Amino acid sequence: MTDRLAELVLTGRRRAIARAISLVEEEGPNAQATLAALHPHTGRAHIVGVTGPPGSGKSTLVNALALHLRQDSVESPAITVGIIAVDPTSPFSGGAILGDRIRMRDLAGDRGVFIRSMASRGNLGGLAWATTGAVKVLDAAGYDLIIVETVGAGQAEVDIARAAHTTVVVEVPGLGDDIQAIKAGILEIADVFAVNKADLEGADHAVMALNMMLNLNAGAECRVMMHHGRLIETVTTAHREQDMAIDASGWRPSIHKTVATRREGITELAEAVLAHRAHLEHTGELAWRERERAGAELEAIIQQESLRRVLEDTAKGQLASLIDQIVQRQLDPYTASRQLLNE
Amino acid sequence: MVAKPGLDGHDRGAKVIARALRDAGMEVVYTGIRQTPEMIAEAALQEDVDVVGMSILSGAHMALFPRVTELLRENDMEDVLVLAGGIIPDEDVPALHEMGIQGVFGPGTPTDEIIRFIRENAA
Repeated sequence: MTDRLAELVLTGRRRAIARAISLVEEEGPNAQATLAALHPHTGRAHIVGVTGPPGSGKSTLVNALALHLRQDSVESPAITVGIIAVDPTSPFSGGAILGDRIRMRDLAGDRGVFIRSMASRGNLGGLAWATTGAVKVLDAAGYDLIIVETVGAGQAEVDIARAAHTTVVVEVPGLGDDIQAIKAGILEIADVFAVNKADLEGADHAVMALNMMLNLNAGAECRVMMHHGRLIETVTTAHREQDMAIDASGWRPSIHKTVATRREGITELAEAVLAHRAHLEHTGELAWRERERAGAELEAIIQQESLRRVLEDTAKGQLASLIDQIVQRQLDPYTASRQLLNE
Repeated sequence: MVAKPGLDGHDRGAKVIARALRDAGMEVVYTGIRQTPEMIAEAALQEDVDVVGMSILSGAHMALFPRVTELLRENDMEDVLVLAGGIIPDEDVPALHEMGIQGVFGPGTPTDEIIRFIRENAA
């Protein structure tokens, strides 16, 4: 049955795509079988992450960007666009209000666009656990460009950088002083910046602060990247000697002022996103990022799968007794976990 | 999914319902106001929803609701639970049931009643 679903997804049937994404959200063996059947047909789409603080206009910007790619871009035939918009799940009720579609009404009725809302379901990095799988479904279904809009992100929700090829960080004027711009985290993951609501006072200052931050990227001898708590060193390229803002692949993040509600600055933003993809392809960085992505995905699956197995293999009573011993300080959690894993 | 078909812009009721359903542990897609039946059916399809709740206060329900249920059927989504709310005269309710709208909830309905109805009837 699931292979049949995968077949229908490959033909681009919208109902099948929607069903497959639900299956992925529900997890379980059927979801794994469908994703396994789709995997060989993925890897073609350009995955674009859009992240930024709540209320910065991410959904409106995604709407404008998708509309531009569908209507105004020079590509022929027009690029097809899949959109996955993640909103937060309530930590108390488990419910969620998924409201990103409200801003995307201009895209309704366009068969070349597929929009799916998704609740984060307790995941903390700005995405849902099922987001990667949903991206795969849209990729296999033939969407050329897939936009993933994260939960409104503060400083540390940086999972999107590993899930996407190109990360757009949306900022708005007046969010903070220059110190905010030199903090670690979300500003570091941008390939392209959008300073949205640029008709507000302070837009030029925000652009300047971002530029300053980029120009200060001089520090380290080699680029070091956090990867599941491990440090991975990447080699610095010669470009950096001329311009310190250029990243290890030779790309300098560009900064664009936009007013998404009026569709201002969108052409330039879309061009920058597409130019970044071309850059990744030319430099071989795409292959490197794909490898990173595959590695991170595998690790996440192993983590979840091994936890599931251990819990499945452990008698309820045994688990409860281990927890009791840990609480009473007769046993430490490290030893307990080793005991469970060795069984 | 909570949707507002038609041209009235009064979505306070829809938002109250969306919020109550959220607090009952449901994931609620809210489409916003001024949705055409085509937009609602297409959103329901893409989001693969279990329930479509529509709120309308303009009196256009007998024109817009049948089109939504028809489109849902065309999309093989007849198993979706369809609910209606807003200002709907009692005499229209039988006709709405007829066209596949299982629950009709007027002003003042306790949100618990709607939540219970969804839990009992949704696929």
